[in-house]
Amino acid sequence: MDSALIIFDGANFSRLLGGLGVSLRIAVLAVVISLFGGVLFGMLMNSKNVFIRACCRVILETVRIVPQLVWLFVFYFEMTKAFHIHLDAKVASIIVFSLWGIAEMGDLVRGAITSLPLHQWQSGRAIGLTKTQLYRYIILPQAVRRLLPPAINLVTRMIKTTSLVVLIGVIEVLKVGQQVIEVSIFSAPSAAFWVYGFIFFLYFIVCWPVSLAAKKLEQYWARRGV
Amino acid sequence: MVDEKILLEVKHLQKKYGGNEVLKDVSLSIHQGEVIVLVGPSGCGKSTFLRCMNGLEQYQGGEILLDGVPVPREEKDWPVIRQKIGMVFQSYDLFPHMTVLENVLLGPMNVQNRSREDALKEAQALLERVGLWERRDAYPAELSGGQKQRIAIVRALCMNPEIMLFDEVTASLDPEMVREVLDVMLELAKQGMTMIIVTHEMSFAKAVADRVLFLDEGIVVEENSAEEFFDNPQTERAQRFLDTFNFEK
Repeated sequence: MDSALIIFDGANFSRLLGGLGVSLRIAVLAVVISLFGGVLFGMLMNSKNVFIRACCRVILETVRIVPQLVWLFVFYFEMTKAFHIHLDAKVASIIVFSLWGIAEMGDLVRGAITSLPLHQWQSGRAIGLTKTQLYRYIILPQAVRRLLPPAINLVTRMIKTTSLVVLIGVIEVLKVGQQVIEVSIFSAPSAAFWVYGFIFFLYFIVCWPVSLAAKKLEQYWARRGV
Repeated sequence: MVDEKILLEVKHLQKKYGGNEVLKDVSLSIHQGEVIVLVGPSGCGKSTFLRCMNGLEQYQGGEILLDGVPVPREEKDWPVIRQKIGMVFQSYDLFPHMTVLENVLLGPMNVQNRSREDALKEAQALLERVGLWERRDAYPAELSGGQKQRIAIVRALCMNPEIMLFDEVTASLDPEMVREVLDVMLELAKQGMTMIIVTHEMSFAKAVADRVLFLDEGIVVEENSAEEFFDNPQTERAQRFLDTFNFEK
């Protein structure tokens, strides 16, 4: 059999798409949680209180330094061992990717907020805006515009990194691919090339529109001189 | 035009940055409808003084009274007070992500919770007065420095403040745009707005001021009527300061 056709053999195609669906569900949930959580975390990182800032810094660095794979193991295996909390593998994945996303996104938000000129705060305060109103009307809308390119970068990184969840037993697109390859190892020896190639294509199809949409949005804002 | 009623009173204001005493003892009282111009060499504390009156700087000593009531020092109390004390800055400080109209309506609608209709009516009147109603849907990036600064003034006025503070509002404008902004301020003075102005435009100061305060090294060195101050300054320091603006062949 021609190895390229292995993708469409039996239920392979729909199984691969189903696997992609699992990856995407984890990624989309984690991304949404990260975007909102990251904004709050970023605001905390800009707090006037030194103690709060220090805590945020420690959290950020801890999340960053420890590889995502280790975090997955911690939440999936170690939690069970230590506290007898048995998390579903998908739930553990969403938690880990959300924590990572919140920390990274928070740092981006912090950077975007600090990069705004001081007089934006001042003139907002001068017309009587409270702190919450300042953030809502002046600071966050402008920060979001500066945030867009790095945030999109983070989102696509998160989507791609979800492939790690295979290692705590989640059957996502990569795992389905491996299964397809293993089953046909004798009938279609070069299946690996086609299957991984197809998965590459799937990831591209998911991430590319995100980048494209971001680019359009940037152009739209640039036309308004923001 | 000047009323008997004292609108804003500052008593013995002291302000330090670390060990550096920027304001040593500055007092001022301004009547309703009065225009005070603060002048002085760079770094004399006049901008800092203005910023203290809008709660943008913490001060260490002294007291500020608005309508005879002491103004609390906590940031949480300031949003209410700032609605009565409008301020315009040196930087063209419009919000770049909002149109001209959104910039002007933000305060009235969100801080003062006025209806859009009511706020819009006032915004239109004010923008027409400065000749910029046609540009209401433009973004700040499409406007000149002078236009931006006139809109910043409108934005502050739309809150119906009792007093306006101007902090070197023409200092970073191109020379040909200075006039249009100063004209707006002169017009305001004529209509009886109470104003405290920090400026380096001496001929404007002379034209607009009822009273001039000359600040140097954190104290009021001279306080006088505008004519007296410019034509016949009482102190040597003020004389020397004014001389720096004159050229002789």
